[in-house]
Amino acid sequence: MIELHDLTKVYRARGRAVTALDGVSLTVAEGEIHGVIGRSGAGKSTLLRSVNVLERPDGGSVRIDGADLLTLSRDALRAARRRIGMIHQHFGLLGSRDVTGNVAFPLEVIGVPRRDRLRRAAELLELVGLSEHAHARPAQLSGGQKQRVGIARALAAEPKVLLSDEATSALDPETTDSVLDLLRRLNRELGLTILLITHEMNVVKRICDSTSLMRDGRITESGKVLDLLAAPGSELARGLFPLPPPTVRPGTTLLDVTFVGADAATPFISSLARTYSIDVNVLGGSIEEVGDTRVGRLRIELPGTPELNAPQIAHLRESGLTLEIAACATT
Amino acid sequence: MRDHLTVALQETLQMVWVSAVLTALGGLALGVLLVLTDRGGLAPSAPVNRVLGLVVNIGRSLPFIILMIAVIPLTRALVGTTIGTAAAIVPLTIGAIPFYARLAETALREVDPGVVAAARAMGASRRQIVGKVLLREARPGLVAGMTVTVITLVGYSAMAGAIGGGGLGDLAIRYGYLRFETGTMIACVAVLIVLVQVIQMLGDLVVRRLSHK
Ligand SMILES: Nc1ncnc2c1ncn2[C@@H]1O[C@H](COP(=O)(O)OP(=O)(O)OP(=O)(O)O)[C@@H](O)[C@H]1O
Ligand SMILES: [Mg+2]
Repeated sequence: MIELHDLTKVYRARGRAVTALDGVSLTVAEGEIHGVIGRSGAGKSTLLRSVNVLERPDGGSVRIDGADLLTLSRDALRAARRRIGMIHQHFGLLGSRDVTGNVAFPLEVIGVPRRDRLRRAAELLELVGLSEHAHARPAQLSGGQKQRVGIARALAAEPKVLLSDEATSALDPETTDSVLDLLRRLNRELGLTILLITHEMNVVKRICDSTSLMRDGRITESGKVLDLLAAPGSELARGLFPLPPPTVRPGTTLLDVTFVGADAATPFISSLARTYSIDVNVLGGSIEEVGDTRVGRLRIELPGTPELNAPQIAHLRESGLTLEIAACATT
Repeated sequence: MRDHLTVALQETLQMVWVSAVLTALGGLALGVLLVLTDRGGLAPSAPVNRVLGLVVNIGRSLPFIILMIAVIPLTRALVGTTIGTAAAIVPLTIGAIPFYARLAETALREVDPGVVAAARAMGASRRQIVGKVLLREARPGLVAGMTVTVITLVGYSAMAGAIGGGGLGDLAIRYGYLRFETGTMIACVAVLIVLVQVIQMLGDLVVRRLSHK
């Protein structure tokens, strides 16, 4: 649905050049929620704004459902934008209009008759649960309510794609969750493809099907969230399930074990202890729901060097767990 | 004296009213162009922006009294005469347009860039963004700026009166000053004060209406 190919963008300001995008390629399948995550300055906003060409990349191609938006004429590009909804970190609502007027605005832009606009706005406000605020001004709403207005507005022209730039960064955790749940619901009910950027791991964990990690204008890791979590050495796993820096006691081996889905049900620690008659220490970790799947990452301590633990490690790998040797004591 | 005063007030109102309307149109257009052509604007163009900025600055740095004399040939070409209220409207408008252009530009710049980005993302055309977003969102600031401009026009119009434009300034000088009719002088000043008060009050009222709703 969204195919970005080899996007580059360099900002030049007063002789200094900043490479915001350094050959970014990304594909989001229809009906998927894809989250791009990265630190401040990684180029996430630039990437997202390239998708509807609010920012024109220096090179590459942007295909939404076919045509390359970078080759379109100004008018054709405007027409293409109408089929891409966007929600913004600071909402971008018109202060001079009430909630209904804001939601109906994209329809006014494309010339839908007033009566139809109002009907559609009312439907959308119902959908996002804001019907009783239809005539409030944005200034009278809470952040979460404003973002719901933003979402309703983004959906007004019935786009198939929704872009979201840090839609929840200005919201408190509870409001964030309710907005994320709303996006998830819209994704399921309307078959909406969503590309969102965020610097909160929690957002990825909660609603994304697939994700990309961005750093310094490049994508360093990309794929289905669960696949990435199960991949050894995954930055995403480390980000979502942080473990403290390892401190190892002499004569022991520290293992970071990641389990995804059904594996989590296997009581691997007790089976390990039983099979090899060893003491297994759990030093830290967490187990959480990612989407609908239970995922966990634990740090365990085994007696003996990694060489001595080879059978145990093989045993764990065979049961489908992802293992990393966090540290081992040198003798 | 009352008759003189009534006539003078009418002349002042006429000069101010007509030049205010022309200034609103011209200044707004110029203000919009300044914002559009600025770096990062919707139609960035450094040369156009620089030329417009220069024109506005020159217009603003000329003392009105000098401008008034400088545009006499233009006034004659446009109106056919250089005295009377109709003739005064030319320098008044030319003097006030750059003034209001800057105020309008400032008000337009205060529109949240996020709202403009949102409108672009919706596929709005530049014309739609100017009309439905910039001008509309900036209404309170634009009206506040217009209030200041109209009051400035009242002041300018008194000066224009001095070179034959008619109006309250003219009356104050001819009778109040040259003929030592202190009463007339005081009456003129009083009427001007009330006029300015009324304009400010109306302006504030409209601004409050626009920003509350
Ligand atoms: N208009 C601009 N002019 C110059 N440099 C810019 C511009 N926009 C972004 N940059 C630079 O490009 C880089 C990427 O910026 P971008 O806004 O895409 O980052 P981001 O990942 O969205 O960060 P954040 O999480 O802080 O929003 C940064 O170094 C930034 O300073
Ligand atoms: Mg950003």
